[in-house]
Amino acid sequence: MPRTLSAPVAVAFDYTRSTGPVLGRFLTGLRDGVVVGARTSDGRVVVPPPEFDPVTHQATTDFVQVASTGTVTSWVWVPEPVKGQPFDRPFAWALVTLDGADVPLLHALDVASPADVSTGMRVQVRWADERVGAITDIAGFEPVHDGGRGASGASLEAPSDDPVTGVITPVGLDYVYAASPEESLFYRSLAEGKLVGQRCPTCEKVYIPPRSACPADGSPTVEEVELPETGTVTTFCIVNVPFLGQKITPPYVSAYVLLDGADIAFLHLILDCAAEDVHMGMRVKAVWKPRDEWGTTIENISHFAPIDEPDADYETYKKYL
Amino acid sequence: MGKKPAAVIGIGQTHHRAKRLDVSMAGLCREAIDRALEDAGMTLDEIDAIVVGKAPDLFEGVMMPELFLAESLGAAGKPLLRVHTAGSVGGSTAIVAASLVQAGIHRKVLTVAYEKQSESNAMWALSVPVPFNMPVHAGAGGYFAPHVRSYIRRSGAPTHVGAIVAAKDRNNALKNPYAHLHNEGTTVESVLASQMLWDPIRYDETCPSSDGACALVIASEDVADASPNPAWIHGTIMRSEATSAAERDQVNPQASRDAAAALWKQAGITSPIDEIDAAEIYVPFSWFEPMWLESLGFAAEGEGWKLTESGATALDGRLPVNASGGVLSSNPIGASGMLRFGEAALQVRGLAGEHQVDGARKALGHAYGGGSQFFAMWVVGADKP
Repeated sequence: MPRTLSAPVAVAFDYTRSTGPVLGRFLTGLRDGVVVGARTSDGRVVVPPPEFDPVTHQATTDFVQVASTGTVTSWVWVPEPVKGQPFDRPFAWALVTLDGADVPLLHALDVASPADVSTGMRVQVRWADERVGAITDIAGFEPVHDGGRGASGASLEAPSDDPVTGVITPVGLDYVYAASPEESLFYRSLAEGKLVGQRCPTCEKVYIPPRSACPADGSPTVEEVELPETGTVTTFCIVNVPFLGQKITPPYVSAYVLLDGADIAFLHLILDCAAEDVHMGMRVKAVWKPRDEWGTTIENISHFAPIDEPDADYETYKKYL
Repeated sequence: MGKKPAAVIGIGQTHHRAKRLDVSMAGLCREAIDRALEDAGMTLDEIDAIVVGKAPDLFEGVMMPELFLAESLGAAGKPLLRVHTAGSVGGSTAIVAASLVQAGIHRKVLTVAYEKQSESNAMWALSVPVPFNMPVHAGAGGYFAPHVRSYIRRSGAPTHVGAIVAAKDRNNALKNPYAHLHNEGTTVESVLASQMLWDPIRYDETCPSSDGACALVIASEDVADASPNPAWIHGTIMRSEATSAAERDQVNPQASRDAAAALWKQAGITSPIDEIDAAEIYVPFSWFEPMWLESLGFAAEGEGWKLTESGATALDGRLPVNASGGVLSSNPIGASGMLRFGEAALQVRGLAGEHQVDGARKALGHAYGGGSQFFAMWVVGADKP
């Protein structure tokens, strides 16, 4: 058995980017099948256009159409493509200076082997079958066989009536979350129906879940303390607001429960009574899920429920607020 | 060795909105930067160094945004630093910028902070479930609501005090053309009638989700002396503490109390309520006004709500708090702290326009972040310290 518990965490969101007028002009061009650069104050044509001039710092306004053909100025071979890259077969990342531009653009070059790439080789844009106003509208570059030069250099009129103003950028991060050895002890104890914390050897405060080191004085915590499944609601809120990714359907009571004998409260759910009846000082007890649903998680405790005991005196828990 | 004098000589901010779909992140920052530079009578070429701040990267899904922003911010060839202290970042970013001048390293430092909340969803970003743990987290409101309840219990405050704060700040925002929310006719009654989101916090007692940026130009004494209306920095402070520790005071954190005490000492202030003319305090949920009034030493423990209830924190009160409308009216998270610092400076420069506090000479800018664990504050004044 490994010393610590771990579990996958996936964090993903489709971010909605506002492009602003300059990158929007570039992406509008791609959607319409042309590559748009900009002339900067030093006379160079840059693709993609920078949002602000590198010398004068003014917003970029002088847009220029460049050719869809160009020259490779440098490259690197990708023998094993990974998920999300432009091609699922080996390819080259290439810096391509398009005809009419002075600065190279980075994109994928679709050739079979590194022997088919060289600095100075002529390439052309291969457009995607369906263009939406994104950098992926250029599916990649491919070799030009006749070495021809495309039209370029024309100053552009105002952008189309339907400019691209936003792009969706899906971002997905897959982590492995690793619990500390002390937390792992806590979660494994939960799998046996027990609540185990640790006492700080210096300040003698009992932490649950245990923290590895006392947050107050830094002392490593070793001594294990099994706590009862009864405690006091110190404070709480009633969550009425639904939101993206929410795991529990509102309304629900998110409460700090101070287990008897602990010196810090943790957040859990209060059920088996009306939300408006939950109050500070209320005495509660853990309600466990059926044993066959248990794992190494605090979710083995379905929720806390009120017990038939007088409220805890405010003086007994006010220092835990 | 003492710090060298430094002053804010330029302030710029965007028109904060729920969605600024017309600009990119760089464009948003430049809108604030260009206004700050114009205010300072300066160009980007004259700036020695740039300090940028924003809240968690998950809000826009861009890791280390300072890398791709560098050229647009005019940072090519100059030192560029990024600061990150969660919600207090706008304040700590300004303090880092100020310290570069106070240490004598640079004479003209540009600092900018921003958030483009419309690119994702902050509730989602702040509530990503952690394995093995109970998925009861519900964004910042869900985090702070239990501590607001603790404050109400501890102080015995009447339950409508939060609504007084919300109505005041929303009405102040009507005088601030840059504010996100311009909700005409907000009253204590209308706030109390709004939906309970995270009981005891209501919808109208909650900050909006905004796109926006704020920028400041901070200059050394010789540069600021040539400015017609510098806001001199009288004191800066940052403090932090553990998010969770046994018996940690979540209502009035030790780091907050310590920071305030050190700030007043540095600024030579013995009675904050008498000596501060205007305060811009980070109040994302209405109840944090009385909570921070106590923590900052404007009122005794348990009595902050009395100051609010008496009207002392209104625009014409003894201690106007958030004359700009505050975080409750504009919340581009990363910029919110810098907006507090900048609005404090606007007050002592006499440039706050319709929300100017008459005769303001000394003002507080304040920010907090994380689980009330990061604090950043400054005092600015019309007079050179």
